[in-house]
Amino acid sequence: MMPMTAIVALAALTYAFRFAGPLLRGRVTVPAAAERLFADAATVLLIALAATAALTAGHGFAGWARPAGVLVAGVLAARRAPFPVVVLAAAAVTALLRLAGVP
Amino acid sequence: MRTLWRTSRAAWPRDAALLRDVGLVGLADGIVGLSFGAAAVAGGLPWWVPVALSVLVFAGGSQIAAVGVVLAGGSPVAAVAAGAVLNTRLLPYGLAVADVVTSDDADRAGPGAGAARRGAGTGAAVRRWLVRVIGTHLITDEAVAFALRQDSRPGRRMAFWTCGIALFVIWNASVLLGVGIGSALHDTNAFGLDSTFPAVMLALVLPTLTSRSIKVAAGTGAVIAVALTPVLPAGLPLLAALGGLGTRWTGWRALLRRPGGGEQPRADAVDGTANDDELTVGGRR
Repeated sequence: MMPMTAIVALAALTYAFRFAGPLLRGRVTVPAAAERLFADAATVLLIALAATAALTAGHGFAGWARPAGVLVAGVLAARRAPFPVVVLAAAAVTALLRLAGVP
Repeated sequence: MRTLWRTSRAAWPRDAALLRDVGLVGLADGIVGLSFGAAAVAGGLPWWVPVALSVLVFAGGSQIAAVGVVLAGGSPVAAVAAGAVLNTRLLPYGLAVADVVTSDDADRAGPGAGAARRGAGTGAAVRRWLVRVIGTHLITDEAVAFALRQDSRPGRRMAFWTCGIALFVIWNASVLLGVGIGSALHDTNAFGLDSTFPAVMLALVLPTLTSRSIKVAAGTGAVIAVALTPVLPAGLPLLAALGGLGTRWTGWRALLRRPGGGEQPRADAVDGTANDDELTVGGRR
């Protein structure tokens, strides 16, 4: 469940991050190493989230259809396929596998 | 100021290219928004959760992360933490486009002028404040990327506001549409909608996997998160994945590499320029 307070909290934190930049401009400089760390942290989180969302449901395995669709999407994305193609391919592969009886 | 205005008018063929590019990005984001809205309600969340997130947070990656954590059974605190970590990158973005967002002069030069002019009667200070409040909320990966591609300040302002306003409208409309679709479909899993979530994340993040060290860190983080999912409460495995960042410093990643002394300095040199392919945020400070 996602209560409204959690949404507002995330919104407030997000706005603070957006607001801090123009506010601090000229007063501080973010070290390049810290910028890289933030960027890398975001990348690590998104990849981990993609992996867990693809492979797991609750505390168990999600079945084969979903990771297969995501794998196809990943290959297409790595080959710089257009975004709509990537997303639709994921859904199509998963849907077809489920139609064929794969969980 | 007059010169700036004339400069941006003279650049209208480039503005046509800008509108076309913003349109293409808007199309891509619209599909993300559509699948975000559909997958959120398909996962069992009430319709107002994705809608409120989209209006108030307006940062796709963190919205997807927060909803992903909650749908996996994680606590709201873990969801907010995951979303907030993703949004720390907005701080350097804000530094990079500060001269565009804080409108200390030349308010007429951008599409934000409409919102700005409404406050004209009550004074320039109120107008500047309003432009700044709205402009701050419109800071996204895309708007910053478009702004930084421009050479002149009016060009950056035009690009930022055009992209920012267009994406805010497109994003929220597409999420709303997705919520409608997700609610209308009875069995969204039959349509494979659950795999669009991780697919969208992969498409967003794969282009940033440019250096060897970030690939190792991300791969390690993914293994940690998946391995811990059966044993930890939902949400925590994701935060534990940040441990993958440890591979950037501790040097044990060298163990994963085939023996061969000559490779080390070259790999490190790649690390140093890893973000050049991205937005080179802060490059204009």
